[in-house]
Parts: sequence; C-alpha cells; structure tokens
Amino acid sequence: MSLVRRDFLKTLGLIGASLTVGKSLGATTKKKNKTEFYGVLIDTTRCVGCRACEWSCAEANGLPEPTEDEGVKIRKTSVSRWTAVSEYGTEDNPIYVKKQCMQCMQPACASACLTKAMNKTDEGPIVWREDKCMGCRSCMISCPFDVPKFEYDSPNPKIQKCQMCFERLEEGGVPACVENCGGDALLFGKRKDLLEVARSRIYNNPDDYYHHVYGEHEVGGTGVLYLSSVPFEQLGFREDLGTTAYPEYNKNFLYSVPVVLILWPVFLLGLNNSTKENKKLNEKKTDNHG
Amino acid sequence: MDNTRETSFLKFFLQELKPKGKIITPFNVITVIIVIISAVILFFRFTKGLGSVMDASQTRPWGLWINFNVITGVAFAGGAYVVTFMVYILGLEKYRPIVRPTVLYGLLAYMFYAGALLLDLGRPWKVINPIIGNSFGLSSVLFLVAWHFILYMIAEVIEFVPTIAEWAKWKRLRKIFLSLNLAAVIFGIALSTLHQSGLGSLFLMAKAKIHPLWYSEFIPILFFVSSIFAGLSLVIVSESISQKVFKNIMSTLHVKSHKNIIISLGKICAIALFVYFSLTILVFIHGKNYSYLNTPWGYWYLVEIIGFVVTPCMVFLFGFRLNNIRLVRIAAIMSIIGIILNRMNISTIAYQWYENSLHFPSWMELIVSIAVILVQIMVFRWIARRMPVFNESPAWVKVKKGIKLVA
Repeated sequence: MSLVRRDFLKTLGLIGASLTVGKSLGATTKKKNKTEFYGVLIDTTRCVGCRACEWSCAEANGLPEPTEDEGVKIRKTSVSRWTAVSEYGTEDNPIYVKKQCMQCMQPACASACLTKAMNKTDEGPIVWREDKCMGCRSCMISCPFDVPKFEYDSPNPKIQKCQMCFERLEEGGVPACVENCGGDALLFGKRKDLLEVARSRIYNNPDDYYHHVYGEHEVGGTGVLYLSSVPFEQLGFREDLGTTAYPEYNKNFLYSVPVVLILWPVFLLGLNNSTKENKKLNEKKTDNHG
Repeated sequence: MDNTRETSFLKFFLQELKPKGKIITPFNVITVIIVIISAVILFFRFTKGLGSVMDASQTRPWGLWINFNVITGVAFAGGAYVVTFMVYILGLEKYRPIVRPTVLYGLLAYMFYAGALLLDLGRPWKVINPIIGNSFGLSSVLFLVAWHFILYMIAEVIEFVPTIAEWAKWKRLRKIFLSLNLAAVIFGIALSTLHQSGLGSLFLMAKAKIHPLWYSEFIPILFFVSSIFAGLSLVIVSESISQKVFKNIMSTLHVKSHKNIIISLGKICAIALFVYFSLTILVFIHGKNYSYLNTPWGYWYLVEIIGFVVTPCMVFLFGFRLNNIRLVRIAAIMSIIGIILNRMNISTIAYQWYENSLHFPSWMELIVSIAVILVQIMVFRWIARRMPVFNESPAWVKVKKGIKLVA
C-alpha cells in the first residue's frame, strides 16, 4: 500500500515537473521559431513630408487632427500624436523623417511592465492595455527612444503610443500610415522581407543611401526599420544605443533573485546556529570559571 | 469573559488615543499646516491629474515622490535589516536596545513610502493587478520590488507584533509571534538584499539616459552596499534625536549603552563606506570613464564620491578611534547627504543629462514629500510614547536564564 502511494506520488511529481518544464520550454520555442514579426520600412529618401501619415494615424486611432506647426522643423510625438514628421537636412535638400514607436523585437517597455500592460503581440506590434496598466511609468524610464507618452493632465491617465494599428493588422489590413503614404516611403511586411528590400535598395543605389539600416541591430533589432541618405545621427537618431536587447540588462539581476532567496536564508540560518552554539560554549566557560 | 476583555481593551485603547505630552509645539504646528496644504494639493492631483502638481515630463517621468520618498527613503529604512542581522543572526547583544526603534522606523518607512508610491501611480486603482495574479509581469524588476515590499512589510509586522502585544497585554499573541521572529528576520534580510538592489535595477534599462559616471551594470550591488551605511547612519541620527525627545521614557540600559552603540555603529559605517568606495573605484575603472572626469559632470561626481563617501568614511573612522560621539554624528549626517545625492543623481540630476537643463521639483511635490515624512515621524512618536519601544518591557514579560526574551 505504502509502495503504491509512493509510486503514485512519484508519478504525480514527475507529471508536475514535466508540466512546468514543458510549459517553459514551449514558451521559449514559441518566441524563437514561430514568430516572424511584422514591421515597417521607412525610406526617408522617398518621404516628401506631406504628413498624410499623421492625418490617417489620427483618423484611424481617434486622435485629434494634426496641428500645422508652421516653422517648426523638429516635431515630436505626444499624447495626442502617435506619429510625427520632422524636417532635417538643409534648406535646399530637406530630409523628412517620420517617427513613432520602433516596435522593438525585445522591448524594454514590456519587460519593465509589472502588469504586462505593455505587451509585445505575436504579430509584432507592442500594444498598451488599459485594464492592466497602473500608471507607474516604468515603460517610459526604460524605453531607449522615449516613445510612451503619459497623460499628465488627466485624472484617468493613459499611456499613448503608436501600436502599429494592431486592430487593423488582426483584420488582415496594414497600418493606416502605410496605406495612405503617397510617396511610397512606407512599406509594410514581415521584418525579414523588409530587411531584404532595404539591403537591395542600398545595393542597387549605393550612392543614394547611407549604408546602414537603422533598426536592424539597434537595441537587439526593431520592427520599424529606416533607410537614409545621410548618417542617422543627423536625423535625430541615437547611434550610441548599442545592439544589446534591452531586457538583457535586467537579466543578471533577475537570475540572481531565486539564488539569493534560496541561499541567503540557508546561510543566515547556519550562521545563527553557529553563533548560538558559540554563545552556549562561552556561557559554559564562564559558568565553570565562575 | 471574552466580551469584558474586549471592552476593557477598547477602553484602554481609547485612553491611549489621547495625546501625551504638549500639543502645541512648533513641530506639531508646522506638521499640521503642511499636512493641510498637502491635502489640498492631493485633491488637485486626483481630480486634475499628476501634471497639475508635479514637475514631471514625458522625458522625465518620475517626480520627487518616487525618486526621493521611495528610491532614497527606502535606502534609509535599511537600518532595520542590518540591525536585526547583527542582533539575531550574529548574536551581538550590544545592539539589542536599538532593535525595536529601528524595526519600527523601518516598518513605518515602508508603509509611508509605499503610500507615496500610490500617490505617484497614474492609475492607483489598478495597483492590485500585479498582486492578485491576473497579470504577472515576471520579467519586470518593479514586479519583484513590489512583491518584496509587501512581503518585507509582513515580515516587519511579525517582528514588531510582540511590542504591540506587550503594550496591549496580549500574552499569548506575544508568545506566538516571538516564535516566528527568527524566520521573519531571516526572510526579511533576504528580501531586503533583493529589493534594495532591485531599486537600483529599476534604472538598468535607462542605460542611454543616465550619465555614464552614474550608470553601470553594478548599480544593484552599489545600491545594496550603500543601503547598509545609509540605514545605519539614519539609526545614528535618529537615536541621537530620540535620546533627547524620549529621555523620560527611555530605559536606563538604552541610555547607558547609547554612546557605546553609536560609536560601534560608526565603525561599521566606516567599513561599509570603505567597501562602497572600493566598489565605486572598481566600477569607475571598469567603465573606462576617465574622459568624463574633467567635465562639469565629472566634478559633480567627485563632489559626491570625495565629499560624501570618502570624507564621512574618514570622519567615522576618527570618531571611532577618538571615541568621539559628535564626530560620528557629523559623519552620519554627511553620509545621509551623500546617499540623497547619489540617489537623486541617478534618478533626477544625471538622468537625461544631455538635455543640460537643471531640473527642479515643483513646490507642491516638495510639500507632499515632506508631509509624508512628517506624518511618519508623528506616528513613530505616537507609538514610541505608548508601546515599549524605548522603555522596558512590562514586568509580566518573563525573565529566562538571565536574558530577557524581548524582540
């Protein structure tokens, strides 16, 4: 009887163990193989600065109409503007750059979020979920591109950022900005394919392009990729972000947590016991002498 | 029987609610004024949004309530785990008189700073999300810190219940919780190690935003080591103040051992500061940041390291050598300033340093920050005047083997 019970417990334990292991293994394979993220390739050499993307973005996402901002060259995204086109370059040769969330492959914002409100979807867009967010703004601290925007002037604040028109993607559509781009500057597709397009453009027109695809390796790779005729630094991009995926910076600490939680108490308990014994010995000694 | 006991406790409790000591003192008046102003400020904060009272922006998302009250304040609450480690784990009986005040201070600090965190959350009604488990952000450092805060508060409550029980004469409860004490202490030390370093880890992903002199992958270790002398320095200062404020109720043992304890704490602080300084040197060399030293940011960094790490370390050492309690107190104040500087540098001053614009908190943020601390002190005083924190345990606490079984 007892043997049977032991066997039963053993099997139960094995099943339990395999369940946990199986689940975690499943999770990793899913991330690595199954997912081929969608992305957008932005070719700044083709952008004419018409800002149709801004208008369609506002319409698709229920944001207020874009402002004119006459004379303002560097225009930033805000709580009511998920994408913004800025003008760089010279008077004679202006370069227009559309900026929005970069949809990182391994996003810092989602890894910083303690409620999984920031969520990297299997399709690629990073979406913000209102019912989960508690407004701690860790995503803003962590984002290397300062993308998430917080409604400081609302008693019921939300995080506002480009979500690559996730709902349209789910229905088989493309992001609103891509659909309405008149200059053929935006291209939507699987990130892998976009990279090939980007490289072939550089290869075929080596004199027109600066030979780098911004977002290919930056912060571990981003969903949105950029082509440019000049070094990206001149277009307000940071080139000092490195190629390490941001969640990696946390890893050492997070891995040490279970180790500390298991080893520290054991060590402390041992220390406590040894000091106790020492104390007893000392007491005995003083007793004997006294 | 039970009924009468309950009513008698209620009577006792109502009796205890009455203020002891003078009501109209400068401290009380100032506190009440500041608390009333903060209540008004908080009304606006909850009706008009954080931006109406806070000087936070899209590129500097955290204001004073997180950067000062939580990230800096929790370092100062580190005294509790260091002192319980020395007394319960290492068996250094010398420090036993300061266990209760330190644990009480730690407990209140966590309660009030978690409160400050709630004020700063944009959507505080969702705070329950990471706790009840409908959305566990397991890869998030903040998730860990939040859980460790909660668990550590429970551990500190367990450590403090015997004191409350002695005050309310709950003999049985006292016994039960005393038996849990060692477990709570050990668990508490492990949790403290992790969340003290976890607070630093919150900034690990802000690599591109913090000045290289302050950012390193070793921030968690630096935060942990500095919480040791931060906590003990605060114990030195608060014990020195308590020595005057609670003179009437303090046990003779506590009064007599005061100088000895402060001097010894000074020695520990000197060692911890030295370790911290060595680590910063290692991190500095490892980061190859020499070129930044000869810039205004470099000078500011040197002010922090030379002025408020090396100097207090030396002053602590002299204070210990010369057996001079005043020197130790001065060193403690210096190292407290150093910790504030360090935490504010990382979270505010050297954050987004390339913007090269000085950033000041709004007066409204500041008032609320101060109010949180003042109310914490008031509650501390209320408890310390009633429960056996500084004074002797009541006579019914049995004496066993010559050592009093006090927590």
